[in-house]
Amino acid sequence: MAGVWVIAEQRDGAFRKVTFEAAGAARKLADELGCEVTCVVLGKGMQDACAELGKYGVDKVIYSDNDAFAEYTTDAYVNALGAILKDGSPQIVLMGASTQGKDLGGRLAARLDTGIAVDCTGLALEDGRLKATRPIYAGKVYAEVVIKSDPQIASLRPNVFDPVERESSAEVQSVDADPGELKTKVVEVLKEAEGKIELTEAQIIVSGGRGMKAAENFKILEELAGLLGAAVGASRSAVDAGWRPHSDQVGQTGKVVTPNLYIACGISGAIQHLAGMGSSKVIVAINKDPDAPIHSKADYSVVADLFDVVPALTEELKKEKAA
Amino acid sequence: MNIVVCIKQVPDTETQIKIAGDGKSIDQSDIKWVMNPYDEFGVEEALKLKEAHGGEVIVLSAGPKRCTEALRTALAMGADKAILVEDEDLYGADPLAVSKILAAVLKDLNPDIIFFGQRAVDDDCGICASGVAEALDLPQISLVIKLEVQDGKVVCHRPVEGQTNVIEAPMPVVLTAQKGLNEPRYASLPGIMKAKKKPFETKTLADLGIERDDKLEVTGLTPPPQRAAGKTIEGETPQELAANLLKALKEEAKVI
Repeated sequence: MAGVWVIAEQRDGAFRKVTFEAAGAARKLADELGCEVTCVVLGKGMQDACAELGKYGVDKVIYSDNDAFAEYTTDAYVNALGAILKDGSPQIVLMGASTQGKDLGGRLAARLDTGIAVDCTGLALEDGRLKATRPIYAGKVYAEVVIKSDPQIASLRPNVFDPVERESSAEVQSVDADPGELKTKVVEVLKEAEGKIELTEAQIIVSGGRGMKAAENFKILEELAGLLGAAVGASRSAVDAGWRPHSDQVGQTGKVVTPNLYIACGISGAIQHLAGMGSSKVIVAINKDPDAPIHSKADYSVVADLFDVVPALTEELKKEKAA
Repeated sequence: MNIVVCIKQVPDTETQIKIAGDGKSIDQSDIKWVMNPYDEFGVEEALKLKEAHGGEVIVLSAGPKRCTEALRTALAMGADKAILVEDEDLYGADPLAVSKILAAVLKDLNPDIIFFGQRAVDDDCGICASGVAEALDLPQISLVIKLEVQDGKVVCHRPVEGQTNVIEAPMPVVLTAQKGLNEPRYASLPGIMKAKKKPFETKTLADLGIERDDKLEVTGLTPPPQRAAGKTIEGETPQELAANLLKALKEEAKVI
């Protein structure tokens, strides 16, 4: 059995955080199984960056350098990884459940005629086999799943698993993986506004709902967010009202976020919204309706008008910064 | 253009989900079943393409007989034909097993585009489309929020973290629809009436010569992890509330 493997995710030659999270999870499984952690990296010019993965629990890196791997495409990555994994025969393969991981994982599992547990929030071993926990029905139920064939593939919900840190260097092996025929082509990249924090990666999110009453009122959330280094999210009500773009929507038909802190302003807390932010480490609800369902889910409830409290928070933070 | 939209019937998102007695499936009584919301974007986009380019829109599903309702909804919206692979035990199957079943039907249909919703709101997997694309050796583009068809190829906008990628692929191609792609139309009353007369084909796994092959198995279902009870922040004025909240977040929760 050739161990627990990690599929790295990189953008512009730098590893994305989900790689370290997957490596940390892999390290724990490998320690329990008594085997090694191998990380597969596809990229361009990343030879030096690969050794650093040792710090994150990786024993060995398999690296393939190719222009075709600089930017993710389904075809290049599935063709290359399919061959590398078939060769290496790992028991378990982990990757982040980022947009890349969600596009890659299913096709890779199909290529290898195996199964995949998607967007897992927990991993365990039972009789040497992976048992994964994943939310279903928008988190109303949690499923324990096993995969009957090898490799057992799992993608991990971002910001749930912790990276490990150790003093170590990984052994890097270079291979020449074939990207195969690329049927899709990225012809243009439209970047988000400079400094806009991606919701699914934000550590702190300030979010607004129907209680915000108008698009321009989101300015007060943006100001608060600026002081906290936070991203600004929105409930479906705010998006359907046209106040915020769909890409800002948190919820069952929006994004699932896992920040350390989620501040919900003027959001009632419908079950579909909770589906999107229920895994936040700390939830604050600012809503003047004491019966709003969000209060029962919040760690800290502020039953007051957000139009009074949010500016007050901003003032307090400004005072602290000035002090 | 010939388009197939793969749809799934799922519980309405308002439904309270209860775990069944066996501890590893859901209690299917008292469920309002609907077309997966993301699939509606696929149906709508297919109809718009048909309106612009001519051709046919087929909707395809695999599951118990009740899936007929979801297919009829799509026919009422304007799809031309429905195909159901009927199997009473298929709900809750490994999506990759379902993808092999759908591929067995699709391989004889030769569509230019195969649409899926970006994921089903029951299993939240989002992998069935990939399984179909792999089985049929087709390119795939997921999370499509904008689509243009130009001379035998598609040009799609796909949002990823921090940016939107504009991606081209030749047809035939598998696309998964994300919210924002379009505004799905409601089925009109005349549409609902017409739907009853549209071709509806039923197949079984035996007809397709295929056996269900699940690699993923659910061994147990549990309610979501409980959060610890929260507390109400005290304060007479907004300023007091703000100060007390920030103090709690800093000193107690340690998140700022």
